[in-house]
Amino acid sequence: MTSYPLSILKTHLRAATAAAALLLATGARAADLNALIWCDHADPALLQPFQEANGVKVNVKEFEGTGAGLAIVEQSQPGDWDVMVIDSIDVPRGVEKGLFEPLPEDKLPLADLFPQVKMDGSTVVGGKRYGITEKFGYNTIGYNKTKVDPADMQSMAALTGDKYKGKVAIYDYYLPVIGMAALAIGKKTAELTEADLPALKDELLKMKANAKLVGEVTASQTALATGEVDILVGGGEWVTAGLAKENPALDFSIPKEGAVLWSQSLAMFKDSKNKDMALKFIQYIMSPEGQARLATSSCYWGMPANTKAALTDDQKKVLRFDEQPGFLARAQAYPAPNADLDKKMQDMWTEMLQAK
Amino acid sequence: MNSAGNNPPPRAGRALPRASSALPWALVTPALGWTLLFFVLPFIAMGFSSLTAHEGGGFTLSNYSQFFTNPSYWQAMVNSLQVTAIVTVISVLLAYPFAWILAEQVPERWQRLALMLAVLPFWTSYVVRSYSWLLVLAQNGVINRALTGSGLFAEPLQLANTRFATVTGFVHFFVMLLTLTIFANLKQLSPSYRKAAADLGAGPVRTFLHVVLPLTLPGIMVGAFLTFVLCIGDYITPQILGGNNELLMPQLVMMQIGRRGDFPLASALSIILMAVVTIAYFACARWLKIERA
Repeated sequence: MTSYPLSILKTHLRAATAAAALLLATGARAADLNALIWCDHADPALLQPFQEANGVKVNVKEFEGTGAGLAIVEQSQPGDWDVMVIDSIDVPRGVEKGLFEPLPEDKLPLADLFPQVKMDGSTVVGGKRYGITEKFGYNTIGYNKTKVDPADMQSMAALTGDKYKGKVAIYDYYLPVIGMAALAIGKKTAELTEADLPALKDELLKMKANAKLVGEVTASQTALATGEVDILVGGGEWVTAGLAKENPALDFSIPKEGAVLWSQSLAMFKDSKNKDMALKFIQYIMSPEGQARLATSSCYWGMPANTKAALTDDQKKVLRFDEQPGFLARAQAYPAPNADLDKKMQDMWTEMLQAK
Repeated sequence: MNSAGNNPPPRAGRALPRASSALPWALVTPALGWTLLFFVLPFIAMGFSSLTAHEGGGFTLSNYSQFFTNPSYWQAMVNSLQVTAIVTVISVLLAYPFAWILAEQVPERWQRLALMLAVLPFWTSYVVRSYSWLLVLAQNGVINRALTGSGLFAEPLQLANTRFATVTGFVHFFVMLLTLTIFANLKQLSPSYRKAAADLGAGPVRTFLHVVLPLTLPGIMVGAFLTFVLCIGDYITPQILGGNNELLMPQLVMMQIGRRGDFPLASALSIILMAVVTIAYFACARWLKIERA
């Protein structure tokens, strides 16, 4: 492996602050479980039963975006972290960096998972499983059914037509929305290449011309909930389900062109000093009880990957649990571009944001 | 009588005692250490990072060349400069009369309370304040309800998620900051200047334009520079209030980190932003000091 002086210096500078940063961030002790998580895992209702049952404290650090998460790991000492939540499509990035430990398939409820969300193409690398899908959902069309015609929401053409101009928000994450643009122009999300970028850009610009805002999770949720907009491009159960009690008018559709399937996985760190507890944590999250709590986390709701999740009938109704086979049949994979195409897609997204 | 009066002045050519030369260094060491640890070292790390390829880690200048060759990146800098300039000018225009009223019209005994009320917005969380503005400016917000309810407009205006919203959020914050710096400058201004101007036949307007305003220019420039620096580097306000309908430099920097973790490009963009701030500093360096008038 080639070592560049700049990289070495950078590594040393990072390492100088790493241990202190972790201690300051989490107040971690060696016996604790240290988890790099998304906000849905920070819900005490999810963590407390595991902590009480195992007499362990789970120290969590939230991050957004795989790049930010991997940067935290790089700036930490080996063994600082035990488990990580990661976009299923990004599991191979962690494996390439030598971060993850293979998971014992015989100790996980893989047979109970919705088959379409196992994502073995990403979660299994070199014949070994490094991630297990814990939660999934759709980037599709979220809307207020009292303000728009639900029939219109069965086609992505509504997103670029004049009827709802100025009533649309776009979720600010380039991969799923580019995936939706691909579906709108009849492309398969798994087969996108650089040659598709001009057509995708045209579609994105049409969406932008109709949009009032392009917002991250909270902003887009707020816009839909407060009536600032009536449609959220890229929205789905992760926006509408959690707000169902306060605002039952919010709903989502899987249009005839399809939807983009998002999924998040759990992975264990190779250098974890607490691998038994890390596996117990993963088993807990994948258990029917853990899955129900994760699916209905206060930060955002989403479909549990485990078909046996202990959800109530009301919760299943809100999540449209029984409709999943049909939804999954029409959903397409999250775009998983290589590093070069990923950069070009992000630059295309930047152009779209800057367009007047 | 001060202590200096009791001691003979040191003779020419005689070395000062060792303790007196070490003391200033001892006093300044914490500040130097702090600056070294939390500014110089991170800046060097950022500089190295900006010259590193994202993939492979070798030396490269491509992180800088991307900024100059990608129109969207360049546009982010233009947007940042435009928004910062608008915010700075509006904030100065609003803060100066406010500071003048506080310093000249409010009785001395009420000035402390008035100042405290003036800086009240600083006491609330920056994020909460920004989201509050989002709700105020929203389609169903207070302003639009008032405008449509009074019959002035048939349809609500798009105020939230615009550059107008970003500027409003910024101005609300920076007017307070500028008011403080200008107020301090006005209070330092000796009344004898105005009396002298009056004795020489100058009216209030002429006295203000030719005496007060030039003498308070340093206070204005200090506040304006602080506004410039804080505004051009701010991520929260444009992100919450601007609705991502245009990107500013801090948003562009953050975008490189989220999914791709492209710290080298983020570092290069940050250093370019720092270069702009440095240019702004040198452009107004001559005014960036407040001297007792």
